Amino acid sequence: MIKNEDAVKIIDSKRNGSLIVPTMNANNVSFGLPTVTSAQDFDLPLSGAMSKASSLGLGLALAQPDRKVFVLDGDGSLLMNLGALVTLANKAPKNLYHFLFNNGVYAVTGGQPIPGAGSSDWEGMAKAAGYAAVFSFEDLEDLTTGIDQALAAEGPVFIHLAVEPQVENTPVQYRPRPSRSVQQAFRELPLTLGVK
Amino acid sequence: MTTQEAVLHPPAVISELVKNNVTHVVWLPDSETNFMYQLLTAEPSLDLVPVCREGETMAIAAGLWVGGKKPVVLIQNTGIFESGDSIRGLGLDINQPLVMLIGYRGWSRHGVTTDSAARFIEHILHAWGINYYLIETDEDAGRISIALEEAERTQKPVAVLVGTEFGA
Repeated sequence: MIKNEDAVKIIDSKRNGSLIVPTMNANNVSFGLPTVTSAQDFDLPLSGAMSKASSLGLGLALAQPDRKVFVLDGDGSLLMNLGALVTLANKAPKNLYHFLFNNGVYAVTGGQPIPGAGSSDWEGMAKAAGYAAVFSFEDLEDLTTGIDQALAAEGPVFIHLAVEPQVENTPVQYRPRPSRSVQQAFRELPLTLGVK
Repeated sequence: MTTQEAVLHPPAVISELVKNNVTHVVWLPDSETNFMYQLLTAEPSLDLVPVCREGETMAIAAGLWVGGKKPVVLIQNTGIFESGDSIRGLGLDINQPLVMLIGYRGWSRHGVTTDSAARFIEHILHAWGINYYLIETDEDAGRISIALEEAERTQKPVAVLVGTEFGA
């Protein structure tokens, strides 16, 4: 299994101008993308509106077809919006890379198992939905050696990551807050992209 | 005395969208807006983004908007009920100037509304503080422009309730 922080570090190191939409554990302020990002201005974090990162990323990918968009999704999150796999594959943005951080639990609510943990076939679901390519990485070495091939494939690409659960039990109001709010990111990204 | 036909035709709606430089229509079909489908797909300046469930629409629209496009959402009032958290988190909370065209299932100007989808929708919009306009005929279509201007000016979602079935 891959540590959450190792996964976001590798993904960030391969971004090369890509926009990143992280949610749930991939957006955790202690061990997610915010701790390692090399291009905060090009990040569009999503907290709240759980499950909609892939939909948000789809819109962004359609609006910015010349720039790669990485969605860093959670398994519990995607389960809430599973139809999005078909919606996304149907529009088939060549520039969209959908990473699934599969830790098998609702990590931000105390670690309760998600339905189908350990038995759902995520790669099979993405293939059946119509993604152009599907990759799966079970450990850090696999990810380190294979990520270039995944990012060279034409999208939409689904990249399944087997990630260690890192569970938070602290009530939400006592957790550290991100230095950059979702509202701020939405305000600033159009300026960064030069579309406003 | 003649009775004037009061119908909303698809070209009237699409003309409003084109005139206001709308780029994408993110939608899930419903009976109130069914007759728009062929014209929407034939309009080269509008990209249709079909979804599986209505809550996706506000999120896709948010991505399009932050990426520099001008989307609208086209769903039924039943879909608004399903979309509550998306409207909150990716409409109101991020100040998205999103116009939502909403098929007003069950609406009746005669005051007898048996369909709960119609009975609840305006209350829900009031609860969220989302302003809305009603369109029923071609003459009302200009309210779409008003809604688009208002959304941009206030940086808030605005709804347009489509209170009749489209003419063929």
